[in-house]
Amino acid sequence: MKKVFSRPRSLKRTPFHYCAACGHSIIHRVMCELIDEMDLQERIFGIPPAGCSVFAYNYFDIDMAECAHGRGAAVATGYKRAFPEAVVFTYQGDGDLAAIGTAEIIHAANRGERITAIFVNNAVYGMTGGQMAPTTLLNQETTTTPYGRDMRIDGYPLKMSEMLALTQGAVYIERTAVTSPANIRRTKKAIRKALQTQIDDLGFSLVEILAPCPTNWKMGALESWQWTDTEMTKEFPLGVIKDTTGGKDAD
Amino acid sequence: MAKVLMDGNSAIAEAAIRAGCQCYFGYPITPQNELTEYMAAHLSRRKGCTFIQAESELAAINMVYGASLAGARAMTSSSSPGISLKQEGISYLAACELPAVIVNVCRGGPGLGSIAASQSDYFQATRGGGHGDYRTIVLAPASVQELADLTHRSFDLADKYLTPVLVLADGVLGQMKEPVEFNHEAPEELPIRSNALRGAKGRPSRFIKSLSSNASDVEEINWSLYRRYQLIQRQEITYETFLVEDAELVVVAFGIAARIAKGAIKNARRDGLKIGLFRPITLWPFPSAEVQELANRTENFLVFEMNMGQMIEDVQLALGGKGEVFFYGRPGGVIPTPSEVFRVVQRLYYQKGLK
Repeated sequence: MKKVFSRPRSLKRTPFHYCAACGHSIIHRVMCELIDEMDLQERIFGIPPAGCSVFAYNYFDIDMAECAHGRGAAVATGYKRAFPEAVVFTYQGDGDLAAIGTAEIIHAANRGERITAIFVNNAVYGMTGGQMAPTTLLNQETTTTPYGRDMRIDGYPLKMSEMLALTQGAVYIERTAVTSPANIRRTKKAIRKALQTQIDDLGFSLVEILAPCPTNWKMGALESWQWTDTEMTKEFPLGVIKDTTGGKDAD
Repeated sequence: MAKVLMDGNSAIAEAAIRAGCQCYFGYPITPQNELTEYMAAHLSRRKGCTFIQAESELAAINMVYGASLAGARAMTSSSSPGISLKQEGISYLAACELPAVIVNVCRGGPGLGSIAASQSDYFQATRGGGHGDYRTIVLAPASVQELADLTHRSFDLADKYLTPVLVLADGVLGQMKEPVEFNHEAPEELPIRSNALRGAKGRPSRFIKSLSSNASDVEEINWSLYRRYQLIQRQEITYETFLVEDAELVVVAFGIAARIAKGAIKNARRDGLKIGLFRPITLWPFPSAEVQELANRTENFLVFEMNMGQMIEDVQLALGGKGEVFFYGRPGGVIPTPSEVFRVVQRLYYQKGLK
């Protein structure tokens, strides 16, 4: 009998601790599929953030190291410069990359560091219990915006990918979602291209992935996926934001 | 190698390169810029080595963390306000048992303070500095030659004990020029450290972390660090004594203050005053037993620091109530002269009826 579906080799046989319908488990799986397909297990290095995905090393069967909140891009820079043969990715949430780690990500991108950032945007601080993130939508209720995000008090949703695209060192940036089989396929294609961009020594690459956080959004699974598609994509439209890699398609 | 005339900051950089430092990450701050600039000029040209002017002190120390994860000998340097920013990364380095060398060319504080030489970061340096139960080895040089020698030693200590090591210098040491001899050639290649993460090739995947959802795990990390710190305390204490054998009064001072005190003591000896000097070279571990031993010979101690009195607490702890401890200090970046210190020790000597 032909085997058509199995656990990727680089995904450990450990049940995910993530909530049902959370985006992390899908993204982890997709990345492990790519690590297998691109034959990277022996030379890839991952840097998980502070946040729900801090435990990513329980699932990825690759070398990984935790770092301080927001400093992933700086840690990745140091690692990659010390060991350029490696393929290095940071895995960062919106609080990590878009709030406390803005300086590190902008300057890593601007230096054109040969690293790949996986930026998981769920519009909220997940692990700490659902506080406002820089990417929280206007009027969205969180534990620190109990009356909805008010732009006069909290400012506007921050579009990090668009900002990073302005740096010359960033050569490939795409925003995707994991809310449907088609979107998941698109996400996988984008991550493949981002990693290939690094392997080809072209510059900094980033994939922003809109991911549901049903627990902190206080929604059901289906509702949270629909909300991602209908509401989040209005503020954060999907698609390629920047591609100066020379048009080479990873597929 | 023949002696060369060099400023202290550049000597640290040259010594680091000769110790096999492969990665340097820095951020401009006075009075240590010559160090960063020397690395930019020299380290960046070496094969397999990296220099980055980082966007912040935070980024620089986290780049050090990344390079150390990959097994490189990595270093950063700064001065007081910048060292405060690095504390986050130093705490993570300590927790994850990663070696690194951090140089503090100390200036006057608190706040933005002054850019002149000070010793105001003794507490910060010797008490861990950042959050959590940890220590860093702290070396306190007192000459340009010692800056070079102790910088070299700091890389070896960091690798030996898998811990961040701090070199606590100051603005005078960093800026002044003295003849210095470098006794090592840079190694062609260093062995890869066993805890480095360089891909799951030929072995199972590994990870390095400090977080655990189980407090008992973190307690065990602390015990493990504690046992290593005890070992360091047993094995790595260094100090210098000067004319303490017959001393009626012992001055305890470190770094550039000890150098100033030495000048004062030489003057005092010419006047027949029996004064000696005890200079801790490792500030942590502090040479407590050696200070205590001095109390068998004399009752009188003067702690002299270029701050408001920080090391004095370690001296008092070491003496445990024995003897009498006096203090003289100048904070903020003011640099006392040997004759100023001479007047202080002379007055104390006569006040105590030692002559």
